[in-house]
Amino acid sequence: MTLASLVKPQDTYSYGFLDGHAKRELRRRILKAIAIPGYQVPYASRELPIARGWGTGGLQVTLALVTPQDTVKVIDQGADDSVNAANLRRFIARMSGAQTTTDTRAATLIQSRHRIPEERLTEGQTLILQVPDPEPLRYIDADMARARQMHADTDYSPMWLVLYEQLVRYRRYVQGASYPSLVNGRYVMSPSPIPRWDTPKLHQAAHLTILSAGREKRLYAVPPYTDVQPLEFSDVPFEVENQDGWICFRTGARQQFMNELPQADGSTRYELSDTGYAEKLLTHPQAPSDTYYTEGRFYHDGFLKPPRRLA
Amino acid sequence: MTASSSHPAVSLDAPRLIESPPLVVLSNVTKRYGRITAVDDVSLSVYPGEVLGIVGESGSGKSTVMRLLNLEETAESGEYQFDVPDLSGNNLFTLDRYARRKIGVHHIGIVYQNPHLGLRMNTTSSGNVAERLLMTGERGFDALRDAARASLAASEFPLARMDDLPRKLSGGMQQRVQLAKAIALKPRLLLLDEPTTGLDVSIQATVLDTLKRLQRTTHITTVLVSHDLGVIRTLADRVIVMRYGRVVESGLTDQVLEDPQDAYTQQLVFSKL
Repeated sequence: MTLASLVKPQDTYSYGFLDGHAKRELRRRILKAIAIPGYQVPYASRELPIARGWGTGGLQVTLALVTPQDTVKVIDQGADDSVNAANLRRFIARMSGAQTTTDTRAATLIQSRHRIPEERLTEGQTLILQVPDPEPLRYIDADMARARQMHADTDYSPMWLVLYEQLVRYRRYVQGASYPSLVNGRYVMSPSPIPRWDTPKLHQAAHLTILSAGREKRLYAVPPYTDVQPLEFSDVPFEVENQDGWICFRTGARQQFMNELPQADGSTRYELSDTGYAEKLLTHPQAPSDTYYTEGRFYHDGFLKPPRRLA
Repeated sequence: MTASSSHPAVSLDAPRLIESPPLVVLSNVTKRYGRITAVDDVSLSVYPGEVLGIVGESGSGKSTVMRLLNLEETAESGEYQFDVPDLSGNNLFTLDRYARRKIGVHHIGIVYQNPHLGLRMNTTSSGNVAERLLMTGERGFDALRDAARASLAASEFPLARMDDLPRKLSGGMQQRVQLAKAIALKPRLLLLDEPTTGLDVSIQATVLDTLKRLQRTTHITTVLVSHDLGVIRTLADRVIVMRYGRVVESGLTDQVLEDPQDAYTQQLVFSKL
């Protein structure tokens, strides 16, 4: 008995797995999300052959947008080869006939969990982020009705209280992921769950970003060339992770986001988190130069200011 | 005796020495919870710089008056006037939620009997105070630290513990953090809802001392709710006595406590003695 004999024939599925109504609804929600940057649009999250929490939100958006002419890249924690990424990529390819790739520059649709690639995305590319928790205010107030009221009132002062507590206790911002950011000067969103390192990449980005939470049934978007400002105090600027002196043991790369690999002898090795980028560094003698960060410097001024050390 | 209970505000309400118009006026306010009338046709005014005490037994409606003054709830009927710029003449009960919240943040500070109502227990004490400034749009970290320090110092809180969590503080210190939070934005109206109830006597005395000193230095208009006549006698200039949601007597504190007219007030004063 083979797997092929167990599954239904290909032509009994709708194109892209989801039925026409589901795809139409999703596209309408996506349009609304693009029209109101950072606003969480509710949608009817459909059943998929993967469990909630494994990227159903991102997968539904990908399936609603994919065409046979598209090239799809799927990333999980920066890696193209993890089980989840490989499964999703195979499923999308089988259900849509789209090409797949691990090359960031060649992809038209990039579904990602936890990372934005190191190479700069360009106009026409769409980044789809899988989101576990779309509500940045949940940490402040577990009551969703009150959270919606706070969004309506633009009453985000408790978010600064969280940052205040971090500065008082640790003398710096310690939020590791989902750093709350103000989109287009109106809605605070959770760029979930990308590290602080990736947050500035959303500001005035050339590509379209769609963030979708399947379990929470909400999606929101950052259209191209939109302001995305990480929350910060006026006298203590936002900072990305400090990884000075970390060198990738595979490629020798520096000043890109690294995974820390503890070794048996107690030492630590570092490796590039973005495996597609690492692959390019290894195979091409000429390294791609159009990365977001070069020698620790961001490609545009953005909102990044010189850091301040608190006493 | 009966005359004073049916016309509480006529003869005793406004001593002639106070010439400025009242800061706060509640007129004919009624608040019901289902079949229970918690506040029944209550009128009161608070003049700038004075301390108005409200006494009464449990269930007399004094805490409901406090919630109404703090704009946490609105009344079924009656008016709430507050003498602040661009608002005078408006009935605050008819404003929308957003406008009411704005007035509450800028012009009213409150200290609850239960510190869990007024404080975030898992946020540092200084953070609790700083939150008030954050609400008005202050985004400078140094400015927030300075303001929190100044406000905590004004409420005589030990500054070495300003970054401790309130749940690790004693009851008296928690009340001082609440007070610092309430006065952080220099509000026009300070509401004290049984601020020293539940503290032991020596701590109660020091907290009262702080309140007294604060009142003497800042002349902040205060409404103080207490069932403890000692607290009222120490702090309040004028007092109103409530029972069954109505005002039964009002007047200068010494006058009411030394020479109570209403039968219930007499009972209250003598049971205390």
